[in-house]
Amino acid sequence: MEAVTSFFSSANLQWVLIGSLLLGFASGVIGSFVLLKKQSLISDAMAHAALPGVCIVYILFQVKSVPFLLAGAAVTSLIATQSIQTIVNRSRIKTDAAIGIIISVFFGLGIVLLTYIQQNSSGNQAGLDSFIFGQAASLVRSDVQLIAIGAFVLIILTALFFKEFKISIFDPQFARGIGLPVTFFNGVLLFLVVAVVVIGIQMVGVVLIAALLITPPISARYWTDRLGLMTILAGIFGAISGVSGAVLSTALHNLPTGPVIVLSASLIFFISLLFGSRKGLLFKGVRHA
Amino acid sequence: MTYTMWIILTGCLVGVTCGVTGSILVLRKMSMIADAISHTVLLGIVGAFFVTQSLNGVPMLIGAGIVGILTALFVEMLHSSGVQSDAAIGIVFTSLFALGVVLISFIGDQVHLDVQHALMGEIAFVPWDTLTINGVSYGPVAVWMLGAVLIINLLLIILFYKEIKMSTFDAQFATLIGVPVVLIHYLLMTMVSLSTVASFDSVGAILVVAMLIVPGATAYLLTDRFLVLLILSGVIGILSALMGYWFAVQLNVSIAGSMAVATGVLFLAAFLFSPKQGVITRKFRNSKEETIQQSA
Repeated sequence: MEAVTSFFSSANLQWVLIGSLLLGFASGVIGSFVLLKKQSLISDAMAHAALPGVCIVYILFQVKSVPFLLAGAAVTSLIATQSIQTIVNRSRIKTDAAIGIIISVFFGLGIVLLTYIQQNSSGNQAGLDSFIFGQAASLVRSDVQLIAIGAFVLIILTALFFKEFKISIFDPQFARGIGLPVTFFNGVLLFLVVAVVVIGIQMVGVVLIAALLITPPISARYWTDRLGLMTILAGIFGAISGVSGAVLSTALHNLPTGPVIVLSASLIFFISLLFGSRKGLLFKGVRHA
Repeated sequence: MTYTMWIILTGCLVGVTCGVTGSILVLRKMSMIADAISHTVLLGIVGAFFVTQSLNGVPMLIGAGIVGILTALFVEMLHSSGVQSDAAIGIVFTSLFALGVVLISFIGDQVHLDVQHALMGEIAFVPWDTLTINGVSYGPVAVWMLGAVLIINLLLIILFYKEIKMSTFDAQFATLIGVPVVLIHYLLMTMVSLSTVASFDSVGAILVVAMLIVPGATAYLLTDRFLVLLILSGVIGILSALMGYWFAVQLNVSIAGSMAVATGVLFLAAFLFSPKQGVITRKFRNSKEETIQQSA
């Protein structure tokens, strides 16, 4: 029991909890819009493409300052999104294949650079490979504060632009009609997605962070049809997944954080699929009977 | 055969096996299913390990085959219950992959199966894991497995060539004249799972995805004919493996990673310079036509 109290009262862990809670909430909320724009898998490509960015910054500047690394991640993520668009617009390759190409090639490049760093640096590269699956236990306080504050800002931004996002996704023509700069808001949304992926990769890892954008919103869809409620529910589901994943992986050593967070999210999805009050299987069955 | 030759042979076999099978998926707009399956077979491999307590080839193939088909099935179920297909794929593969990774952490250090290995493979160890019968070594296990899967896949493609072609280009017409479209779908899923698991051990999930999708897409930019596409994808797969290996040796970096990058380089080349489809080729041709028109 004492172990448990001291476990929860450790200052670092409190920050980890706050960080994972806000990160989960932010990704659930932003993911809801991504889902409605049918771009769930593009977010997966953005996440995978973050890895080479982190490595390139490290190789070029030999710094391990996290904000710098994440800036690199943001740049390559944006390049990846742009490349997918270019491939689809300029050739007969369809979106799904374009996403697959970008995911595997960018991640392959990330792995090449990662092994290059391991070969050529003086052993202080440790930690870069935790970007692949995330490791909450190895985060220092400044990392977690970055995650927490970053996620908080993203949540505020999304709340501010909620109405504009809603209109420009559901009825872009109407939005243009009333003078809303739709392209601008698409850009803002893209920025939010990249930002949440980038601040989240340290904790969840590039391979699985997309799940945090995809799964909570889908789970929320089983409970409501209204966008406002759906985003909040998705945020709550994301937050629960984030916190439970961070706690479990810190408590049970050598469990990687990302996969545990994703499994929590999957469990919530499964429950929603069965018992959801709007489209859940059980509810459908009752209505049919 | 020397150590290097075995590695190159393994890479080329991965290139052909995945390239040929994957090109069909690219045509059927199922690339992301391939991505999903190549992640989830990890769960099949871990599952097979828990049942048999060994990393033996055959149970691994069976486990991966089962999980691969389950992946396709789950995605299908979610999609038909109203979840949009990209999100359905996203949920299924991340869940099963996460489960696989967590289970691996429980296995701990008992076997040479870990997360890094699952993602990047260790093609450099392939030549040492040889098939030995009665004390006589017959070459690496990976080569045997890849060879067997390649032959199975090629046989299936030859046997069902017409059915696959028809259900790929015109599913409605194929259903109408009695082609078992659903069966062909799951047949392909099985082929993908087998190719994945045979390649998985040597090159890891990432290169498998690259080899499944990118050579097929590259070939699709170069030809309009189905048979040529199949052959070309295999050739591009081999070419990527060779280029990637050469590059990896030069810089002493991950072999699997640089083979994946090589597929990307070849794709970029086709994207820009393909005789019919290339972005630059088309631009060049347009401006030439313009000058001809102007001079006329």
